[in-house]
Amino acid sequence: MDRHVKLSRITRAGSAVAIGALALTLAACGSDDNSNGAAENTSSAAAGGGDLSGELNGAGSSAQGSAMDAWRSGFQSANNGVTVNYDPIGSGDGVKNFISGAVQYAGSDAYLSDDDIASAKTTCQGGDVVELPVYISPIAIVFNLKGIDSLNLDAATVAGIFNGKITKWNDPAIAKLNDGVSLPSTAITPVHRSDDSGTTQNFTEWIKANAADAWPYDPSKTFPVKGGQSAEKTSGIIQTVTAGQGTISYADASQVGTLGSAKIKVGDSFVAHSPEGAAAAVSKSKMVEGRAASDIAIDIDRTLTDASTYPLVLVSYDIACTTYTDANTAKLVKGLFSYIISSEGQQAAASAAGSAPISQDLFTKAEAAVNAIKTS
Amino acid sequence: MAATTAGPSSGGARPAGHDTVRALLRTVDTKRRRRDRTMTVLMYVAFGVAVLPLVSLLWTVVSRGIGRFDVAFLTHSMRGVFGGMDAGGVYHAILGTVIVTLGAAIISVPIGVLAAIYLVEYGPGHRLARAVTFFVDVMTGIPSIVAGLFAYALFVLFFGPGVHFGLMGSVALSVLMVPVVVRSTEEMLKLVPNELREAAYALGVPKWLTIVKVVLRTAVAGITTGIMLAVSRVVGETAPLLLTVGVADSINGNPFEGRMMTLPVYVYRQFSSGLVPCNNPNVACIPTINYDRAWSAALTLILIVMLLNLVARLVSRIFAPKLRG
Amino acid sequence: MTITTEPQRATQPAKPPATRRRRSGVADRGANRLFRYLTTGSGVLILIALAAVAGFLLWQAWPAFTTGSDELATKVSFLQGEGSLLAYLGPLVFGTVLAAVLALAIATPLAIGIALFTSHYAPRRLAQVLGYVVDLLAAIPSVVYGLWGALVLAPLVQPIWGWVSDVLGWIPLFAGPAADPARVLLTVAVILAVMILPIITAVTREVFLQTPKLHEEAALALGATRWEMIRTAVLPFGRSGIVSAAMLGLGRALGETMAVVMILSPGLTYSFALLLAGKQQTIAANIALKYPEANELGMSTLMATGLALFVITMVVNMLSRWIVARRKDFSGAN
Repeated sequence: MDRHVKLSRITRAGSAVAIGALALTLAACGSDDNSNGAAENTSSAAAGGGDLSGELNGAGSSAQGSAMDAWRSGFQSANNGVTVNYDPIGSGDGVKNFISGAVQYAGSDAYLSDDDIASAKTTCQGGDVVELPVYISPIAIVFNLKGIDSLNLDAATVAGIFNGKITKWNDPAIAKLNDGVSLPSTAITPVHRSDDSGTTQNFTEWIKANAADAWPYDPSKTFPVKGGQSAEKTSGIIQTVTAGQGTISYADASQVGTLGSAKIKVGDSFVAHSPEGAAAAVSKSKMVEGRAASDIAIDIDRTLTDASTYPLVLVSYDIACTTYTDANTAKLVKGLFSYIISSEGQQAAASAAGSAPISQDLFTKAEAAVNAIKTS
Repeated sequence: MAATTAGPSSGGARPAGHDTVRALLRTVDTKRRRRDRTMTVLMYVAFGVAVLPLVSLLWTVVSRGIGRFDVAFLTHSMRGVFGGMDAGGVYHAILGTVIVTLGAAIISVPIGVLAAIYLVEYGPGHRLARAVTFFVDVMTGIPSIVAGLFAYALFVLFFGPGVHFGLMGSVALSVLMVPVVVRSTEEMLKLVPNELREAAYALGVPKWLTIVKVVLRTAVAGITTGIMLAVSRVVGETAPLLLTVGVADSINGNPFEGRMMTLPVYVYRQFSSGLVPCNNPNVACIPTINYDRAWSAALTLILIVMLLNLVARLVSRIFAPKLRG
Repeated sequence: MTITTEPQRATQPAKPPATRRRRSGVADRGANRLFRYLTTGSGVLILIALAAVAGFLLWQAWPAFTTGSDELATKVSFLQGEGSLLAYLGPLVFGTVLAAVLALAIATPLAIGIALFTSHYAPRRLAQVLGYVVDLLAAIPSVVYGLWGALVLAPLVQPIWGWVSDVLGWIPLFAGPAADPARVLLTVAVILAVMILPIITAVTREVFLQTPKLHEEAALALGATRWEMIRTAVLPFGRSGIVSAAMLGLGRALGETMAVVMILSPGLTYSFALLLAGKQQTIAANIALKYPEANELGMSTLMATGLALFVITMVVNMLSRWIVARRKDFSGAN
């Protein structure tokens, strides 16, 4: 008995020492610094000059998550004292947290509703809401079909494919649009997003606007057709499409990689996705009326007929207040947003996330909006 | 091991009569023998079929994970890492996992051990003890995501929606951990011979001191083993942490504020980040970087779990009281 | 974790001599009483915690129950087109149970095979090593199984599923054409089976090892072959142990989240087609997929589905405990 007691004491002491040692090792040798030459290239006046410090918290859309990673990284390396956090928790929650004051800025795949603006006014000390369409991303219709890189598709055909009405790649509806392409008789496997997403919202909006007859569903964040192959997030979509044969889906154009992608029918011609086309579609669309000057909300016109535009596009906004009680917060938000809309910031996003840089016209409006941010 | 030595074919010299009977049995019953053979083969096949995926799993994790598994990977976080950058590591996730799991252990070990003491030392015969035993069993089967939902609901009550910090994860994990600790501690306490208790009582030691100084001391190795096995079970939980602790890319050592990364969530997160398109030819970019990190993190996680298991078994082997000896 | 389910040890509790209880009654004051309260309190706390789990889920889910179907459908994006909460919950429960039962159907015979192999066929030394390996495998985190399933297993089984649907397509279960990639329920079931295999094996092996040697030797002495000995002595003895082990595995499979999230193409139908994509979904995976973009009422709806999962697993667990308890009554002689 005595022996056991002694041994158990040793055990206890031993485990205490082990845990202590583990904690020490862990505390001693970790690093947040990942700048081994890769992220050192961004420091300029656009990023705020380097005199800022403090912490800024944002939350919202996961669509602009990887662009926001690039922006945060660029802004932080230009301003060493700054920490910017962004939680990609989804547009809805991001806006909710922004209105409740839990975060200082939000990212959202849809512009604020009138109700949200009314509530946000209280959060913003009576000031206006700054809403900038900073992340413009064409949505590509991607497919995996041996030997075919490009196809012409119109909205009605896309509707038929995702609706389950068109089931073979050599269906007359597809063949009619693609003269001279030898289509296989492979079965079509449409793949959709299994999580709720802004990409699905924009994709269904585009189909509904162009082919209402073939698409009985309302646009929504949840894909409306039941059944069929699906996957989570853009990366899951790409993985699933790549893994199968005869698969087709919709995804942020930046992630297309080596997959084939469709030209969609705009007016009378077929247009391939491109950052320029997406930016053109945004700048040719109308702004939502009756909003403050700093609130740049755009109703994307899905039925544009100009062949220089690609109206199947996702626009994600960054949202903030014009007025903050805390002077430093105002400075930080202003600095971050100036960097985001600057050509440097937009380039960083284009390179990291493949988004389309905003047009000069949009930049001028956004710059004015950002300059309106001040302390109350 | 009777089966291996006492088969019908074993045995040395026997009377001739027996041999003819045996021969008769054998020739007539080819059907029975064939069935026996078939079943033996089936056993081996079942074993092979089952081992195959498990071996493949381990092999894949090791072979794909070893590539990035180095000091830089273990000592860096993911802060500032994006796209296909050849950087980033798992340090913040290891730290988060250790903190969250330690928190869960701090919550559940006292509750679990005390409850087990109640069940063994005070409980027998009481209705409450029967209820506790029954519900501890039921609790063993709580799906991990339900534990996560519970912790989320609990903290939303106090902090409002959208709240995420380390302690929430600890609470969720302790819901899963407590029943395991109770069950294993209970078994260990039951193994402590009553003679020890009675000897202590006879010397006039109060009951609580008897329990603390004699019963617990005797069972401590077994209890430690049980706790470590319980820890190794919850350390790989993903779903409840996804709901409660959230994700982060910087080091956060404070369990009371802010999101934290944990290893299992890290694996999932890297997996769902998928392939990097590498659009810009001017930037160094590894297309499969996210999968590579996921495999390496999975390897790290498996190593931690295995280590906990091994240590637990060593503790129980080396320090186990030799009750009958 | 084998100890927790080992029925034999559980049947020999420390016997509480009546004298001791009276004694403790006499000396029950001061530190003694405090300690008793402390331990009893911990026991009660566990009951409270379990009640709290159920209570909080119910409380959070309540808005989803009380809000009218129409309002719910307009406010919760993923309820659009599903009608009511029950219409949403039904296919989820169906998918959850189907996946778990399938996994069980695959894993149980295999687990019994391995358990018999380690207890009655393999040489002693090998058996020990195997037992140890099985215990270790039970501890591998589910997210690792998910990773392996999505990146290694799914591409591997796709041609096999294709072949199955070609040959056995006339059975509704295997109706084709098999989905490509194989993000289907059968793949999920295989992964879940692999995951619960170690648990079921560990428990059944323990039970088989406890078969009375006398029964086994008696069977052999009567001229039984090894298989006949197993069939007549080992399996009947271990039957309830197998059932409770299977129930334990079922409980695990029901609640598994990550592996399903990472592999399955979800859909909400009452379909038995195992090789078609987008037909079924499990509750746990659905929660993990939907919660990031869920609004308040959406979260309530998810809580309601979580509550359903909680109830299902509770019932399964109680059932398995009940079976074990019955076994205790019958096999008192052992």
